[in-house]
Order: sequence, then C-alpha cells, then structure tokens
Amino acid sequence: MTEQPIPASPVEADIETFGALVDTEPQAPPRSQWKDVWDQFRKHKGAVFGGGFLIFITLAVVLGPYIWTLEPTKLDIRNKDWRPIWTLIWDGDAKAGLAHPFGTDQLGRDILSQMIAGGRVSMAVGWIAMLLALVIGTAIGVAAGYFKKLDFWLMRFTDLVLSLPILPLVLLAVTLFRQPLNSFFGSPEAGMFVLIVGVIGLTSWMQTARIVRGDILALKEREFILAARSIGTKPGKIIRRHLLPNVISPIMVSATLGLATAIITESALSFLGVGFPSDFPTWGKLLADAVPRMQEFPERVLLPGIAISLTVLGVNYLGDGLRDALDPRIRGR
Amino acid sequence: MLTFTIRRLILSIPTLLFISLVIFGLLQLAPGDPMAQVPLTVPPEVKEKMREALGLGQAWYIQYWKWLVQFFWIEPQVLIDHWFGTSFAEGKQRVLSWQTRSPVMDIVVQRIPQTLWVVGLAYVVGIAIAIPIGIYSAYRHYSVFDQAGTFVTMIGFSIPPFFTGPLLIVIFSVYLGWLPSIYDTLHVVNDWQSFKVQVMQMIMPVMVLALQTTAQISRYMRGAMLDNLNQDYVRTARAKGLKEATVVMVHVVRNSMIPVVTVIALGMPAIFGGAIITENVFKVNGIGQLLLTWLFANDIPGVMTLTFIFAILIVFFNLIADILYGLLDPRIRYD
Repeated sequence: MTEQPIPASPVEADIETFGALVDTEPQAPPRSQWKDVWDQFRKHKGAVFGGGFLIFITLAVVLGPYIWTLEPTKLDIRNKDWRPIWTLIWDGDAKAGLAHPFGTDQLGRDILSQMIAGGRVSMAVGWIAMLLALVIGTAIGVAAGYFKKLDFWLMRFTDLVLSLPILPLVLLAVTLFRQPLNSFFGSPEAGMFVLIVGVIGLTSWMQTARIVRGDILALKEREFILAARSIGTKPGKIIRRHLLPNVISPIMVSATLGLATAIITESALSFLGVGFPSDFPTWGKLLADAVPRMQEFPERVLLPGIAISLTVLGVNYLGDGLRDALDPRIRGR
Repeated sequence: MLTFTIRRLILSIPTLLFISLVIFGLLQLAPGDPMAQVPLTVPPEVKEKMREALGLGQAWYIQYWKWLVQFFWIEPQVLIDHWFGTSFAEGKQRVLSWQTRSPVMDIVVQRIPQTLWVVGLAYVVGIAIAIPIGIYSAYRHYSVFDQAGTFVTMIGFSIPPFFTGPLLIVIFSVYLGWLPSIYDTLHVVNDWQSFKVQVMQMIMPVMVLALQTTAQISRYMRGAMLDNLNQDYVRTARAKGLKEATVVMVHVVRNSMIPVVTVIALGMPAIFGGAIITENVFKVNGIGQLLLTWLFANDIPGVMTLTFIFAILIVFFNLIADILYGLLDPRIRYD
C-alpha cells in the first residue's frame, strides 16, 4: 500500500467496457431526504399557510415593539375607550383614528401595543414550555425504549402522570408557589414566567415519551443497531448517532401539538386569573379583562381571541402537514 | 373479563394513592401560611392553638394518614349512614373545609351533579356528533364534505373554550336573546315547560365543551377508518356480497372504534379541565368553580379533597375505557 497509483475512476472504465450496463435514461440527480420532505410539505396548502402564519406572528411580536413604539402600559386617560379604526367605515363619529388603530382600553392603553406585548409573552411561554416538555419526553421515552430495566418503571410512571388531573394541579401549583418564586427572582413577572413554563413543561411530556418509546422499541431491533453494537459502540453513542435522528419526525409532530397546548394552557391560566400580574398583558389576560364589557366593546374580546385561535390553528395545520411530509409511507404519493 | 375488571380495580388503588400523595406533597411544599390572615393582635400562643385545632401541628405523614383515614374510611361510613339510617360515623372526625367549617364532602355532593351533567352530556353529545362525521369523511375521502369537515374540526380544535364561551354569550344571549347566559342551578324540572328551560340553559355550556371533543374524536375516527378501509378483510366482506352498509357500519366501524375508545378515555382529564373554564364562564356552580373558590380562599383540605375527586373521576373513566376495549376487541385477552 505504499506508492500505488489509484485509477482515476474504475467505474467509468468498467462502463466503457460493458456498454450494455449504461443506463439509457440519464440518472436523476440525487435528492436528499429533506428535499423530499419539503416537496411533500409544500403540497399541503393548510400546512404552508399555518407555517407562514406562525412565522408572521412570531416576527410581528418580536419586531413589533420596534415598529409600533407606543408603551403598552402607558396610561392616557383622556383618550380612553377608542374604537378600532374600522368602526369609522359605518360610524363616522366614532372615537377612532390612526393614533390607535386597534383602539384603547378603559385606561387609555393602546390595544395594538398591548397585543404585541401580550403575544410576546404567550409565544415565549409556548416555545419554552414546549421545548422543556420535548426534552423531558424524549429523554424518558429513549431511556424507557432502550434500557429494558427502566422500561417497566418509567412507563408505569408515565401512566400515573397521565391520569393526574392536570389543570387542577397546574392551578394549584401556580397559586401556591407564586409568592416564593416572585421573591426569588426579584420581579413578579420573571417568577411567574419560570413557574408557568415549568409547570406546563412538567405536565405535558407524557405523549412525547410514549410515542418516542414505541419508535425506539421498534428501531432497536433493526440490523443497523445490531451492526453498531457489534463494532463496540457505546449505548450513549448509539442513542445519539443512530436512534435520535430516526425519531426526529414524531418528535417534531408532537412539538407542534405541544406548542399549541402550551399557548392555550397559558391563556387559560391568565383567563382564570392565576397567571401573570394584572398590569402585565398576555393574550389570555386581555381577553379576560375585556369580557365584562364585551357588549359595548366586542373587539377587545375578539382581537386577543382571534390571535390565540389563529396561532393555534396555524400550529395545528403545521403539525398536520409535518406528519404527512415526514411519513415516508405517505411521501411521494 | 371479570377477573380482568377486578385486577384493574385493584391496580387503580396504588394509582390513586400515588395521586393523593402528589397532591398532598404539593400542598405541603407550598409555603403559604393558612394563619397569615389572622390579625396581628392575636397573641402567638392563641395562634399556636388555632394551628393545632386545624390539625397543622402534626408531622406531614400523620396529617396525610389522617386525611386518608377520613377520606377512605369515615366518609364511606357517612354515606352508608345516610343511605340506611345507621350510625357508624357518629362522632368521628370528617374532612372539614376551613372556609365554611362544614364537611367538605357535603358541599361536594351538592355541587357534583351539575358538573357531571354538563360534562357527561357534553361528552356524549360530542361523541355522538364526532363519530358519524369521522365515518362519513373517511368514506368519502377528499370529497367536499371531508375537506370542510377537516377544516371545521381543525377550527374546533384550535379555538379555546374561554373564547367560544364569551363569544356564544354575546351572540345568543345579548344580541339574539335566545338563551340565558347564566346557568340557574336552583331550577327544578317538574313539567314540560321547566324541562324546556333546563335544555335552553344547558345548550351553551354543553356545546362549548362538546366542540373540543367533537373536533378531536372525529379526527381520530377518520384516521382509524382510513386505515381500516384499505384492509383485506374489507375486500373479502365486499366480495362475499355483503351490503355496503353492513361492510362499513359493522365491519369497518367496529374495528375503527378500538383506537378511538382509547382516545375518548385519554381525553377525560382534558374535558374536566375544560369544565373548570366553562363553569367559570357560564357561572355553573359545579366542582370546577368550587375548586377555584377554595383555591383563592387557601382552603387546603377542600382543595386536596376536590382535586382528588377529579383524579378519581379520571381513573374511573379510564377503567371503563379499558373494559370497553376488551369488549370491542376480541383479540385482546386479559388472562
């Protein structure tokens, strides 16, 4: 093996000799798996709209405060109870104008900037709680699927947690632990954020764990895992290199479901009055605050309600499309 | 089947014990002091006595054990006394609410029928709507009905009950004035007229709760039907000349129901969670609303018992689903 010249391309030489082996059709360029996934995903109109809307709303709440610079908590009692700008279409005398396109509330706070600020909180809670639930669920699912000794106990534990009354417990935890966390983190907002994210994350990992465990159990018996084990790969490495990339699609699908649930749970807590402090807008809180006067100002209920519903709808459609796109049995049909 | 049911019943005891321990632990770890509201003029030794009167002076495991005894041993005796006029529970300590100083279970028994009626009816209505929709949209896959059904269920899935509730109140109670916005619990049904009033006031809370169930279950039903419709046994059934209605309604639907039953059972915690919100929106004085009241009043025995009752309801419905699962699917043998 010292200085042997390697032929430039042995395959080409062979093809020249055996002319019959040449393909009559030109070969299609190789396609990566993710390109296939993307092509299938694009066919699902709802998923494209859902994904697009999710990106739009995320950008709107992230960049919104830089474009619409009005403070969400600034009181302006002289300009209270403005109607949204579109009421001018049928009612020329309505208190409305370009200064507050979505109107103002009973204390004169601008509703558009409140919506942006509220969306920031709701989306941040949703994303972080979803990631937390995914990490816990995947870890438990992989451990239960891969290590036989852990399987029984981890799955019994998952079943137990599944039969817990989730919303009552979440209500309990949020009400009871509000005070100490507030003093621990210095500000009530930070304490509440950590508490709500933690509580939602800790109570919504079970479905992910179950799905991941099922997939790992099936994958574990396949030949490539046997091959990996036979060359002495350590369990940790097998999980990271061989198993996790193969369960990425169920994880992504349950991620979208988790995001939707987390946003709804956070809004429900705010609605029931156990969420963030009262001057801190979130979509659920805006909705709850507007309910007593919804006869006169229906838009104040509708705007946050529609924002929550459309975001969750978009996320659900995205999940639907991802499920189709990531399933190799459906893809290409 | 009977052995399985008994075994499942016995297995649910450790589950319930675990759940009660979790709830109790959560309440113990919580730092809130129930004596915090007592005025500062009350001397410390009196405060200490009040604490002991509430049963707070003991170690946590003694408190837990006492609660277990009260809930599982004394409360059933009270029930038996109530039914048969005996006096087993005479003079025994029951679980007392701190807020009202009366037995927790007495209040719960007053409140629970409202919740069960609304939740139960919502679930039944939801399932009754969802299953035909799921069957038909799978049977006419990619038809207009299927597309529309998918869209409507997606929307139903996405709109939270705390938005649909106020929305329906504004539309049907305020603008149209057809339905009452508040659930009147004192309403007694004794003739046709009062029955109509009862139906009117139940429509909105039930429909708000049923919307979510319908959306979820019809999606699962459709998926399960689609999986089954392409199976070989369906072709066999058609080939031997069965009517199309028999093929779909008997063969395919029965097989598709198997995964759907699990989904129905697993949806139970969510529907009781939804009940807390719906009861709050429509002012139904069920146990969900009671839980919120006691939670804000820091009534620890009440909250503990009530959360545990939610857990019992969930475990009980899971048990029913497991038994139904065995009845529907003869391949599953439990022995």
